[in-house]
Amino acid sequence: MSPRKLDLSIYGALIAAGILVPLLAPAFTSQMAVLWLMVLMAVTWDMTGGQMGYNSLGNITFFGIGMYASAVVQIGLVYDVAEYTSAFGAIKVDFTEDQYWTGLFLGIGFGGVMATIFAMIVGPFMLGLRGPYFAIGTLGLAVAVAEMVSGWRYVGGGSGISMPVFPGAAGTGSLVFYILLFALAILSHLVVRAVLKTRFGLAINAIRDDEDKAEAMGIHTTRYKVIAWMIPAFFMGMAGAVFGNMSGFIEPLEVAFPTATFGIFMVAMALLGGKGTIWGPVLGAILFHIIKEVTWTHLLGWQWVALGAIIIINIVYFQQGILGWAQDRWPALFGLTVDERMTRTGQAEAAE
Amino acid sequence: MHFVKTELRAAAIAAALTASLGLAAAPAEAKVDGDTIILGSAISLTGKYSTNGIHAQNGYELGVKMINDNGGVTVGGKSYKFKVVYYDDESTPARGAQLAERLINQDGVKYMLGPYSSGLTKAIAPVTEKYKIPMVEAEGASRSLFTQGYRYLFAVLSTSEQYLASSIALAAEIAEQNGKKASDVKVAMAFENDPFSLDVRAGVVEDAAKYDMKIVIDDKLPRDLSDMTSTLTKVKALKPDLLVVSGHSKGAATAGRQISELKISTPMIAMTHCEAAKVVEKYGADAMEGLLCPTQWAETLSYKDDLFGTAAEYDALFKKTFEGYKTVPYQSAQATAAVMVWKDAFERANSFDTEALRDAIADTNMTTFYGGIKFSPEGNNIAKPMVLRQIQDGEYKVVAPVKWASSKARHPRQPKY
Amino acid sequence: MLDNISILFQAPIFAVDLLVQGLLIGGIFVLAAYGLALVWGVMNVKNLAQGDMVILGGYVAYQCTLWGMHPIIALPIAFMLLFALGWGIYATIIRRVVDRDMFTSLLATFGLSLLIQQALNLRFGPEVKIAESGFGTLDFGDLTIPAIRFVGLGLAAVLAVGLVLFMRNSRMGQAIRATAQDPRAARVLGINTDRVYAFTYALNAAICGAAGVLVAMIWNIQPFYGIVHSIRAFIIVTAAGLGNLPGVVVAGFGLGVWENYSGFIFGAEFAVAAVVIVLVLVLMVRLFQMYRVRQVVR
Repeated sequence: MSPRKLDLSIYGALIAAGILVPLLAPAFTSQMAVLWLMVLMAVTWDMTGGQMGYNSLGNITFFGIGMYASAVVQIGLVYDVAEYTSAFGAIKVDFTEDQYWTGLFLGIGFGGVMATIFAMIVGPFMLGLRGPYFAIGTLGLAVAVAEMVSGWRYVGGGSGISMPVFPGAAGTGSLVFYILLFALAILSHLVVRAVLKTRFGLAINAIRDDEDKAEAMGIHTTRYKVIAWMIPAFFMGMAGAVFGNMSGFIEPLEVAFPTATFGIFMVAMALLGGKGTIWGPVLGAILFHIIKEVTWTHLLGWQWVALGAIIIINIVYFQQGILGWAQDRWPALFGLTVDERMTRTGQAEAAE
Repeated sequence: MHFVKTELRAAAIAAALTASLGLAAAPAEAKVDGDTIILGSAISLTGKYSTNGIHAQNGYELGVKMINDNGGVTVGGKSYKFKVVYYDDESTPARGAQLAERLINQDGVKYMLGPYSSGLTKAIAPVTEKYKIPMVEAEGASRSLFTQGYRYLFAVLSTSEQYLASSIALAAEIAEQNGKKASDVKVAMAFENDPFSLDVRAGVVEDAAKYDMKIVIDDKLPRDLSDMTSTLTKVKALKPDLLVVSGHSKGAATAGRQISELKISTPMIAMTHCEAAKVVEKYGADAMEGLLCPTQWAETLSYKDDLFGTAAEYDALFKKTFEGYKTVPYQSAQATAAVMVWKDAFERANSFDTEALRDAIADTNMTTFYGGIKFSPEGNNIAKPMVLRQIQDGEYKVVAPVKWASSKARHPRQPKY
Repeated sequence: MLDNISILFQAPIFAVDLLVQGLLIGGIFVLAAYGLALVWGVMNVKNLAQGDMVILGGYVAYQCTLWGMHPIIALPIAFMLLFALGWGIYATIIRRVVDRDMFTSLLATFGLSLLIQQALNLRFGPEVKIAESGFGTLDFGDLTIPAIRFVGLGLAAVLAVGLVLFMRNSRMGQAIRATAQDPRAARVLGINTDRVYAFTYALNAAICGAAGVLVAMIWNIQPFYGIVHSIRAFIIVTAAGLGNLPGVVVAGFGLGVWENYSGFIFGAEFAVAAVVIVLVLVLMVRLFQMYRVRQVVR
């Protein structure tokens, strides 16, 4: 089977699973919705982290910006946002069904766009940083934005915003958000995969392998890097908008900018599955989410200890991740042509 | 090589399926299982609210135990026992909302108890409302919960804007006694930047505006800041007549320490969560002398009921049941009261139907060791006042409102640092 | 904001107050940052668990007060305990990430930080704890400064001087410095670099532990407070530049002062943001410096 066919069959399996689960086990839709969110986060993180070698710890910023942007749009369509937030949710928002749906879709789009614009503005500065400085800088960015939003009265500051309530019947809300997150996850993976197949993908791989040489060969590294960061930003922004609506109540530190949880999880998931591979982040996200849910159900209080241990073991002993390991083992399966002789000398050199 | 490829594909499909179905192992429990009525609650067992989350859980457990040991709940002539299904919400609102759905959908819970904190309750209330599942909550005090027109949400505690508002009234009263105008009172505020404290702040701002008082400092404390020197330096510079602080237990711990270290001489200081932060035990009775602390409940109040007896008897029983409590936090007492509301409602409704139960809860009018419980149409408890206690010689003495006061407020504060 | 600034001009005593308080806490920031600079410079490990080790040291002090000891006595105890712990962490985790790319160490130590936080949370609960020194407050006219802050600064200074002397004169200190300069050459000259790394990491943990004891006496501790201390240490080291010890000292004190002034002027809600923005700014400045260097090369 060719790699292309393999990819197609995995897509088929994922889509089948995505459609079957809410039908077979409707009670699990909200957990599964979070699973798709995790997949989206890991996949988009890997675009810059795995494929371009820029390990961001701050992609969660886009998530929160998307969430807040959509909240402002959704409420702003009908009410005065400042008045709404200064009342601490004491105004009851009453949306007609039309208003809700227009608001939701405008909000999701606007969330994605705002996050992308933000990436475009800060990108040239942040992406000038190299290696660990980029990681620390983006982490700092995420914390700074979260703190700024907590102090910003217009969006309610630390007291957060109550989101408009889903108008449909009970249970349909989580199904709608499930479908949205599922579609976004699959779409983001398709986009990332398609982009990586183009010349653009080769360019960002070149940046990962040797940025100075890539620049010397005439690649506009900064432009490429910023565009490569805007793609995850767009999807993270939209996902944030959906997740904000799913949560029903948003506030800066725990829901919108959870730097120490989702912000790091997406990195851990991509590494677990195999950084820089097409399917690694998906596999990693699925496994990570299952582990998280299972430890959380059965090891109350110890789930975080378990997660910490998993991250350490993964990083320290098993860094290339599951698919990374498989890729080294069976490169042909991943559509890689490898000159066996060269690899062997290469490995020998590296070993020295 | 071929079989490896198929294997990989099978692995991918298997992974996807495990993801979807592996989670589906737990069978849905029925709402009433034999002679057991199942209540559900998402509560903070880990994370930053876990201390108070566990206080609340202990309160629920004590309520359940006492009710089960004393004849249970009688519905349709048959006696039932309570059981609570708990999930840990990790102190995050997003998780809380998911768990509410999980309790309702997966575990089939039809009767809910609340989570800890206003933020979590804000996240969960829309879900229970959507499913028309009645929730009696004991730990979400934010006023905004009761302006949304929720029909299925009932709270046994007083709303948060009342926490420190009485200190403003007290300050005005004292200013007038001293021949000053209430509008001359200068207020300094330091509130944690979270839903609960900002709601308390809104109550203070509103009441200060009523007396036309001047707010000279309005700082919001970050959630994990352990140093408020800069705010207190401002207090020293501007010399307000009243300083109000709120920020759960850690805010109270930080404030208590630094007020004494920096020898803040403000004549009147009010803050929430003094008892939970154990300020007297930590910093000494001398330094904390005269601090005003609002509380939902105190064991010295003269409330009583048939199940637990007086507030003091509840206090003794709680200390006997759970180790390590020197004072019983009001968070536990109100959690117990929430369970009692459920028992009362089941017996009056004489049914398991959620609509009938909702109506029964709405009609609640009972007296408990925790105080009177009667819900407004919005769902908050209007039969119980918030009381203000002052630390006097290391003891918490009720000083306001006058009806419950056991001693007179000392003003100005005379701490010995 | 403007009225807050005007207070400082009308009553300069408060400006002095903020300055002194800031300098006094800056000393503790310097300690943790110095430890970070050490592991960063010598072994190229970015220790994200830095703050959590500080908090761990704080809990040692707290535990000692529970046993009826004065928290000052906990200082050497925490120093030694964390030294041992640091050695253990090196042997199990850090040894395997030293030679890898720097992001690896960042993530591995993040996992470590999660572990420490949660272990502390399980053992001590999420409530804030303090280790009361009972030293009281010193008055200087309008200035009231907790005596423990002076004691803390003094102890930090003693520790720092001890460290500098150790690095300069002892055999191990020389080996550490040699390894930092060129690990390969050091190995050729018979230095057991693995041991040097282990010692360096353990020493860093020990310094953090000692700083934590001071933190528990001056502020309060809670299992999840570590991240703020980590961020501070990173800011200071990044601002100072690697291998610049005087820079670490200046940046540490500067940060202490800046935290107090920004909290005063912008309001406490922006204090953390102000600190983190400084980090981002520092990184930007470094970036532009680098651009300039590259232009020159062209």
